[in-house]
Amino acid sequence: MIVGCGRVGSAIARRMLEEGHEVSVLDEDPEAIAQLEKGIEGTWVDAGGSFTVGTALEMDALEEAGIERADAFVASTDGDNTNLVIAQIAQRRFNTKTVVVRVLDPARATWYEQQGLRTVCPTKIAIEMLDEAVREGLGVG
Amino acid sequence: MYVLVVGAGKVGWNLTRELIQRGNEVTVVEHDPGRYATVEEELEHSAQYGDGSELWVLERAGIERADMVIAVTGDDEDNILICQVAREKYGVERVIARCNNPRNLQHFELLGIKPAVSATDLILRLIEHEVPRYGLLHLLDLPQERLEIIEVEVARGSPADGAPIRDLGLPDGSLAISILRDGTGFVPLADSVVQPGDEVLVVLDMGLEDKVSDRFKAPEGGAAAA
Repeated sequence: MIVGCGRVGSAIARRMLEEGHEVSVLDEDPEAIAQLEKGIEGTWVDAGGSFTVGTALEMDALEEAGIERADAFVASTDGDNTNLVIAQIAQRRFNTKTVVVRVLDPARATWYEQQGLRTVCPTKIAIEMLDEAVREGLGVG
Repeated sequence: MYVLVVGAGKVGWNLTRELIQRGNEVTVVEHDPGRYATVEEELEHSAQYGDGSELWVLERAGIERADMVIAVTGDDEDNILICQVAREKYGVERVIARCNNPRNLQHFELLGIKPAVSATDLILRLIEHEVPRYGLLHLLDLPQERLEIIEVEVARGSPADGAPIRDLGLPDGSLAISILRDGTGFVPLADSVVQPGDEVLVVLDMGLEDKVSDRFKAPEGGAAAA
């Protein structure tokens, strides 16, 4: 189950579906389904995916999207706080086995990682890569 | 006491002003530049500009020495996060969160953020408690313990009218703990007789309200006690 159907969420959703997993996506914008249909033949639903419209904190929407039986939960909305809250809901209320959270702010990502959430921080990754690229360019270690 | 308020909307601004007036040291953090400028004109150094869910902004505002953190932004996820880091990361002992959408109260509860104050929920409770049932007043709700204490007025001609406490016929799980009469209160004995106009305090398991209040109501069609 993936909450947040932007560039990141939709790309993961498509990849997972291609690999034969059952994929359910939740987003507050009904138009976001278009992201999922980029580069696939026909509609997302015809391809076997599900899509639910609703806000991330709405319990009804989470349940409708099937959070109760999700093996993995990805929080990839554009709000760090939203992601951190719904990830904890998945973890604590629904005991989802695998919970992954996207957090742009390195400080919050680091602290919540220490609290036992699996966070992925694109900012931290970008910093590492940029740093490496600059050093490589300069020829320094 | 040093209080950190996050969100300078109507609630945050008024709260900050009141807390300052009562002699507290207060900082209010606001992330909207226009709103910040307005608030800062009055509150001056007590207002700080920044996104209150950024840890460095909270640190700059002195969260580490705060006695209390109050998160009253318009976003429930922000209020949850702010209170969670305040308590768990910075060791702030007292937090208060505003819950904008009462449906989100369960999330505050799940993550241990309490008290969470929802104006909508408060008003709904007031409506439920004050408006519909004549002669019944909620004094205390203990949702965790699933108990409540209510005050009911004894109507003339009701089953309770003239009955001793032992014959009130209250359902199991409820107990009359006090009778208020003529401006004084006393703890009733089994043979204390209930009179019309008495106010009886009853402790009860949640959900028994209707069964309890039936004992104090005048029969259908009968006159209610003044």
